[in-house]
Amino acid sequence: MPVDKTPAKSLRIERRARRARAVTITVDGRAIAAQLGDSVAAAMLAAGEQIFRTSPRAGTPRGPFCFMGSCQECAVRIDGVVVPACGVPVSDGLVVERVAIDDR
Amino acid sequence: MTARFEAIVIGGGPAGMAASVTIAAAGHSVLLVDEAAAPGGQVYRATFPGLDAGPVQGDADRRLGDAWRARLRGSAVQVASEHVVWEVGEGFRVSALGSNGSVSWRARALVAATGTTERVVPFKGWTTPGVFGLAGATVMLKAQMTLPGQNVVVAGVGPLLAAVAYKIVTSGGRVAAIVDLSSASDWLGRLPAMATRPDLLARGLMWMARLLRAGVPFHRRSTISAVHGAARVEAVDIVPVDGDRRPIPGRQPISMPCDALVIGHGLVPQTDVTGLLGALHRFEVARGGWIAERDGNFETTIPGLFIAGDGGGIFGAAAATAQGELAGHAVSRHLSGHSTAGEIGRLRRQLRRAQRFGGAMAELMALRDGQVDAITADCVVCRCEDVTRAEIDAAVDAGATDVNQMKAWTRCGMGPCQGRSCGDVAAAIVGLRVGGRVVAGKFTVRPPIRPLPIGKLTGRFDYADIPIPKPAPL
Repeated sequence: MPVDKTPAKSLRIERRARRARAVTITVDGRAIAAQLGDSVAAAMLAAGEQIFRTSPRAGTPRGPFCFMGSCQECAVRIDGVVVPACGVPVSDGLVVERVAIDDR
Repeated sequence: MTARFEAIVIGGGPAGMAASVTIAAAGHSVLLVDEAAAPGGQVYRATFPGLDAGPVQGDADRRLGDAWRARLRGSAVQVASEHVVWEVGEGFRVSALGSNGSVSWRARALVAATGTTERVVPFKGWTTPGVFGLAGATVMLKAQMTLPGQNVVVAGVGPLLAAVAYKIVTSGGRVAAIVDLSSASDWLGRLPAMATRPDLLARGLMWMARLLRAGVPFHRRSTISAVHGAARVEAVDIVPVDGDRRPIPGRQPISMPCDALVIGHGLVPQTDVTGLLGALHRFEVARGGWIAERDGNFETTIPGLFIAGDGGGIFGAAAATAQGELAGHAVSRHLSGHSTAGEIGRLRRQLRRAQRFGGAMAELMALRDGQVDAITADCVVCRCEDVTRAEIDAAVDAGATDVNQMKAWTRCGMGPCQGRSCGDVAAAIVGLRVGGRVVAGKFTVRPPIRPLPIGKLTGRFDYADIPIPKPAPL
C-alpha cells in the first residue's frame, strides 16, 4: 500500500493553533513527545500509539473511542489511578502505564 | 460539614451554564458542578491550558462558549470543576469526587443538566482502534486540535457529519468519504424547520459548499457494514440502505481505504440523576430515548428537581441554552415564591425557534428498527464485556423479559462504562423481541453513576486496618 510509504504526517492541527511548549511523557517507559494542552489520549495518538488496552474477554485491541470520558476504552494508569486518558492533560514527565487485563 | 446552597446545577454545558448564571442573577446561592477542567460541556468544550486554538472569528461555538464562561466568571455562581458527581440523594444531597476525595453538598433545588452520550450502532470491526465516535471527533478536533486520522471516513447520521468533515478538511486532513444514513429528501423535507434558524442553516450550507469544493464523495442512504484491519483501520465497507435504514441485501459493498473512521448515530439523553431520584420517565424515540417527564417549567415529577438541556430530550445546543435560562427562572420562583422579570416571553419564543430546528435534527437521528436488525449475531454490542448480539438474543430466548434480566445473564452493561455506551442499543435489541422499548425497560441506575476509582472514595487502607469484632462468647 502506497499509504505506508508516505512520510508520517502529524495528526496535530497546526493551522491557527498555538501551543505553549513541548513536553515529554512516558508511556510504559517509552518517551513520547507531547505538547502542553494535549490530553494524554491525543498525545499518544499523535505519537502513533493507537492501542491503549485489550478487551478483557476476547482480548481484542482497543483505543480511544468516545473521547468524552464515558466509554472507558482509553483507560490508563496515571499516578496509581486508572483514568480515561482523553480527559487528563499532559504535563512534563507524566508517567503513563497501560493497564493489564488482570490488574484492573 | 456539608456545605449548603439554595440550588445546585449538575453539568457545565450550555444548559447548566445558563441555568446557574440565571439563578445567581436572581440573588440565590448556586453551585455548578462539572467534571471537566473548565465549563463548556462537549459543544463548547474549552481547550486545556497551553493550547490556544487561534482566533475565534467564524467559530460560533467557541465564541458562545467563551462568552458563557466570561458570564460565569462575572457571576456569583460557585463553580466546582473537575468534580465527578457519583451520587445524588433525597433532600438533594449531591456527592462528588474531586482531587481532595469525595465531598457532599445540599440544596433545596437541583437542576440536572447532564447532556447526552453518543449512540453508535455496532457493526463488524467497530471496536478496532482508529474508530471514533462522531461527537467525540468534535472534541478531538476543536478542543484538542488533533485529527482522528490523515484520511478519514465520516459516517452516521445528522448535522455533525458535515460539521466534522468540514473541520477535518479545513484543518489539513483528508475526508475519504461522507457516508450518511439519510437521503437527500430526508434533508430537504426538514428545510422548513431548519429555516427557523437561518444562522444555523447558513452555517450548514457553508459546510456543504466547502466539502463539495474539496471534492469529498457523498454516499447518501448508506452505512458502514464492516471495518477492515486487525489492530488499526485500513478500509471500510460502504453499503446502501433502505428507507428503514436496513442494508439492502445482495448489494456489493464499496471498499473505501482510510486510516480512521468517525461514526455516530444520534445522541441519548443521560438520565442518571433523574433516574436515581425516582422521577417518572417516558420513552420517546424522536427525543433520543428515555427522558424524564417535566412540566412547562422544566420541573420533573420530583418537586424541586429540574432538568434542562439535551439530558431532558434532544433539541441541540441552542435550545439547551434557552431551556437553561428558563429553568433558572423557574428555580428562582421555586426558591423565592415570586416570579421574575419579563424576559420569559422572549426566552420562550427563542426556545420555540431553536426547538423546531433541533427537533427536526433529532428526528433525523432517531434510531430506526432497520439499524438494529442490521447488527449481525457475532457483532460485539457491549464493548466493555465483549458481549455479542447472539448472546443478548440467547438471553431473550432463555426467557429474559427485560434489559435488566438480560444484563444479569450476559454481563452486557456491567463493565467499566456501566452500560453508558451500549445501553440504548442493547435495549433496542431486547425491545425488538419482547414487544417494544417500554417493555424492554432500561438499565436500573445505581450509584456510583459515573465510573470512579473506588480507592479514591475509601482512601488507602490494608487488611490490618479493617476492624474485626471479637467473636461473641458461646
